[in-house]
Amino acid sequence: MTQLRVVIVDDELPARNRLRELLEDCRTEQAHVVAGEAANGVEGLQVAASTQADVVFADIHMPEMSGIEFARHLQVLERPPAVIFVTAHDQYAVKAFEVNAVDYLTKPVKAARLLAALKKAAAGTRFAPGVLESIDQGPRRHFSVAERGRVVLVPVSEVIYLRAELKYVTLRTRTREHLVEESLSQVEQEFGGMFVRIHRNCLVARRLVRGFERGNETEGDEGWSVILEGTEERLPVSRRQWVQVKSLAK
Amino acid sequence: MHNKAQSIRQNDLPNALPDFRNLGVMSRILVLANALAVVFALARSGEFSEFAGKFTEIAGQLEPALLMVVVVLYTASPLLERLAYRHGLLAVMATAIAATAVLFPFQSGIGGNDGWHAFSYSIGFAALTTALLAWYFYLRNRAFSPAISEARLQALQARIRPHFLFNSLNAVLSLIRKDPKRAETALEDLAELFRTVMADNRELIALGDELALCRQYLNLEQLRLGERLKVEWRIEPGVEQALVPPMLLQPLVENAVYHGIEPGIAPGVIEVRIARRDDRLTLQLSNPYYEEHQHRQGNRMALANIRERLLLHFDVEASLDTRVAGSRYEIGIVMPYRKPT
Repeated sequence: MTQLRVVIVDDELPARNRLRELLEDCRTEQAHVVAGEAANGVEGLQVAASTQADVVFADIHMPEMSGIEFARHLQVLERPPAVIFVTAHDQYAVKAFEVNAVDYLTKPVKAARLLAALKKAAAGTRFAPGVLESIDQGPRRHFSVAERGRVVLVPVSEVIYLRAELKYVTLRTRTREHLVEESLSQVEQEFGGMFVRIHRNCLVARRLVRGFERGNETEGDEGWSVILEGTEERLPVSRRQWVQVKSLAK
Repeated sequence: MHNKAQSIRQNDLPNALPDFRNLGVMSRILVLANALAVVFALARSGEFSEFAGKFTEIAGQLEPALLMVVVVLYTASPLLERLAYRHGLLAVMATAIAATAVLFPFQSGIGGNDGWHAFSYSIGFAALTTALLAWYFYLRNRAFSPAISEARLQALQARIRPHFLFNSLNAVLSLIRKDPKRAETALEDLAELFRTVMADNRELIALGDELALCRQYLNLEQLRLGERLKVEWRIEPGVEQALVPPMLLQPLVENAVYHGIEPGIAPGVIEVRIARRDDRLTLQLSNPYYEEHQHRQGNRMALANIRERLLLHFDVEASLDTRVAGSRYEIGIVMPYRKPT
């Protein structure tokens, strides 16, 4: 039997130690090795990627990035690990896990439950698409991109625009472009008014809109383009969206 | 009975005179008497244009008498407390009528031209005002009677977050194999903390005891948060003996950890400052502020709970304010400085 590579992500050191002890106790029944641990989601992503983890234990209540957002970013990896959530007392999340048949453990963790969850993860259960999105309580703080086996996080506040092109969505920041797997309508919904749709294929950050100018690539002088802080590019505003977008001009 | 009187001072008995040395009682007397003067002036004005004149006339006569009555009641409060309720009422009524009568010669009448007529009007107004106020305080006492107040205080007993209990138990479990001594201490702290939380928390306790409870709680949090949790105490020497409602600070410290320390990766500081200024006790607590963390429930409930308990114990003489100052969240409590008797 191959060994499962396990990663523990929890902001509290005693909680990580306790989980290590319990894992040690059930090693004979389910072969595994603790390949790494991390104190928050940002570190956790790097550890999970570099160790090629099979199973990740993720605390839900963590600073900087919730355990659920962390699990969402793990999904961009080529071979995402199974995630087992751990929580002390989070009724909302527990209810959502029950509804969606997502595996979770409550603190203090019981060895028998831990072993059952580990065996299930070894069998290769993964999230159904859209499940984590439906459980998450708020908008993410980052977009994530897989690059050479690592997870690159792009803070939502750095995004200038998202534009759908053929198969991918291009995400633009001040410094560079990323190709992400996102759906524009889902992003529009998740972040409320933060992004404004200026075209069927384009969302721009509302607070970066500086004005509009005449003319765009498809409609010529008839159309309008948006001026955005942080980029020289001028993006076309479709005739259909113009009615709603023009009020952003200052 | 004595202890009960200390915990809920305003309403020792269902049928008792109000505490004339309580700021809330005093302001209620002043406001209600003036409100009656407004009603009276409205009733006596044929047209609305006459109202201002009438009110000035009545107020001119009312205020000096009212002030005199309030001063006499304040001074005589310890004597009045010893009288039976009925006799106390009569004494207050006599004070009001006497004050009106004594001041009458120095004022123009409000009833009409005839001096005797005006005099009886003034006396009548004084008697009616006193009677209505007595009735008001009687109803208020009944609504806030000790039985009901105590029931409310009991219902308002502060609760500790389950989040804290389960995380602490988990942290203690992590110690049992490697550091059994520390695990023992932690379990003892936890037991003592819950003994206090589950105790009958209706009577005022010494601030020193409440601070000890907070330290015990913070020891447990330190166990799981380690370096991330830093606490600075600035306690003026001598304030430990002041009497405060139990579980006044612990829920605030717990909130500070939950909203100010847990959301951060870097260490954060909770600052507790307690000082005495004359007959006031001021408690200030601050913690790092994370704006995006505010959708989490719980903070407002704990604050509303403490506010209501302060109200039941001290009426308007205590206040609780919160504000965001830059990157810190601050809570300030001002309450009467009470010493054990």
